[in-house]
Amino acid sequence: MTPAVRFAGVSRHFGPVRAVDNVNMEIAEGEFFAMLGPSGSGKTTCLRLIGGFDQPTAGKIEIFGVPTAGVPPYRRHVNTVFQDYALFPHLNVRDNVAYGLMVAGRPKPERYRAAEEALEMVALPGYGLRKPSELSGGQRQRVALARALVNRPRVLLLDEPLGALDLKLREAMQEELKALQRRLGITFVFVTHDQTEALSMADRVAVFNEGRIVQVGTPQDIYYRPRVPFVARFVGSSNVLPPEVTERVAGRHVHAAVRPEALRLGAEGLAATVLSTAFHGAATRVALEAEGGLRLVALLPKGVEVPQEGACVHVTWAREDLHLMTEAGA
Amino acid sequence: MSAVVDPAPAGLRARIADALWRRPGLTIFLLLTPPALWLGIVYLGSLFALLLQSFYSIDEFSGMIVREFTLKSYRELFTPANIDIIIRTVVMASLVTVAAALVGFPIAYFAARYARGRWKALFYLGVMLPLWSSYLVKIYAWKLILAKEGILGWLFETLHLSWLLEAYLSLPVLGGNSLSVSWTGTFLVFLYVWLPFMVLPTQAALERVPVSFLEASSDLGARPAQTFRHVLLPLALPGVVAGSIFTFSLTLGDYIIPQIIGTSRFFLGQAVYSYQGTAGNIPLAAAFTVVPIVIMGFYLWFAKRMGAFDAL
Repeated sequence: MTPAVRFAGVSRHFGPVRAVDNVNMEIAEGEFFAMLGPSGSGKTTCLRLIGGFDQPTAGKIEIFGVPTAGVPPYRRHVNTVFQDYALFPHLNVRDNVAYGLMVAGRPKPERYRAAEEALEMVALPGYGLRKPSELSGGQRQRVALARALVNRPRVLLLDEPLGALDLKLREAMQEELKALQRRLGITFVFVTHDQTEALSMADRVAVFNEGRIVQVGTPQDIYYRPRVPFVARFVGSSNVLPPEVTERVAGRHVHAAVRPEALRLGAEGLAATVLSTAFHGAATRVALEAEGGLRLVALLPKGVEVPQEGACVHVTWAREDLHLMTEAGA
Repeated sequence: MSAVVDPAPAGLRARIADALWRRPGLTIFLLLTPPALWLGIVYLGSLFALLLQSFYSIDEFSGMIVREFTLKSYRELFTPANIDIIIRTVVMASLVTVAAALVGFPIAYFAARYARGRWKALFYLGVMLPLWSSYLVKIYAWKLILAKEGILGWLFETLHLSWLLEAYLSLPVLGGNSLSVSWTGTFLVFLYVWLPFMVLPTQAALERVPVSFLEASSDLGARPAQTFRHVLLPLALPGVVAGSIFTFSLTLGDYIIPQIIGTSRFFLGQAVYSYQGTAGNIPLAAAFTVVPIVIMGFYLWFAKRMGAFDAL
């Protein structure tokens, strides 16, 4: 099957800055694909390259097998939910949602019917005559979504769409977005710097760092089997053991990752001092310093005795929880 | 232990600062009183006195002003010759405004969207520089450019295009003996002198349109012309209308440019100038000044009805 989006050796350089550096990826049709990375890692630039707002310096981008070099955004059947929503302030909600149909020359009754349907889909029926300025952040986000979806895009691009929402709303929108994507079967490409968001929503995640993709995989892959220390640290803040320590505890001279919830405090194992403890509700987070200045974090479940700050403890883990990273790299 | 609150100040200035902080209303009152007095008494007062004058009349034998309310000046205002002046001025002001918007928009767009750092400074310099030199100097400079043996004539001659200029000058209404005594000349100089007043507000309005709006429009399938028509223009319109208020009203009231450059036919400002000066007919001059005020009132009402301020 032709991938919905294919990047072949794509680079985008801004002068000496390599915003995107030789990226290769394939996004399958109907997939919920997340591009995850810290700010400046190139994920938003990749999204803009798919949307056509920017052109690659080198390489090829295909959308459903069609090369996109020199194709302007208005000729791509790809729609975007912008980070700042970019709702037109001089138009009401209905005209915002119907904008794509209006410029396509559809008659007014059809436009308005489609807009109302799209608003119903995002749970905002009857909001058509309000101005964007009269809506809350969450409502604006939904209008932006309806405006993009009303054109029935082949690919929907979402640029940190939940970034401006508060935690509770964000969680609700995550579920809704995922359900919507399942229902419509449209390919979603979602940019975020929030690893929980990427892991909970996406079918597959691409982790970006310094303009390159460092790992692509399912959320489980990314979480449990990071290929490089960067992924281990960035996705869910794993403890990363340097090769010297790994060699001592597991006999191989490679980086290794062990998840905070896998650490146990016992009578033997790696000697460490408790730096601080913090109550997180379901668990208690314990920051530790092992010999050689190695920092570790343990999440102790409810019911486990929490050590005092400054106490000397021993850290251990089950053998299968130690993930060896065979690839070199930061 | 460090203090929680500083002790109440002893100095007068500090006490005044404290008192003003506690009464924000008083602060605003003190700040606004001088400009309000200036605007209210000096400006609005003189305007009102002027309007009052338009309801007086002049005694044709003695030339004295009769301080009795009458509409005689307004009757005189609406004689065919004066209506000609009004129409001529309004047409000129409209043309200058439309041309300034057409010429100014791309400049403003470039400055708002693309110019950064040094280019932006250059833009402001380029737009503002003409405002630094005296208005009279600029107009006489234009006279040199437009005169029969002037720079423009020389340029056409050098390019062997004199026939083109001649053909243009032979056109009725637009042409004349030379550009400097034609309405085309008047128009060009008006356009040049008032252009900054169009560019700056337009640029300020365009500056407030985020790039993402244009990208969103394009993303939704709008061709560049559609994006301009449906997004950029409506959002820039308050700025363009603000600029047009300047260019339109400044052209309506100006009496120096048409006196130096153009035909000998009067514009509104010249009529006011001659009636209050040599003719000594203050009431008619006052009635003439009411015309641009009324026209501007209609213009703003119309602009509001057309939704020019919706995006404010």
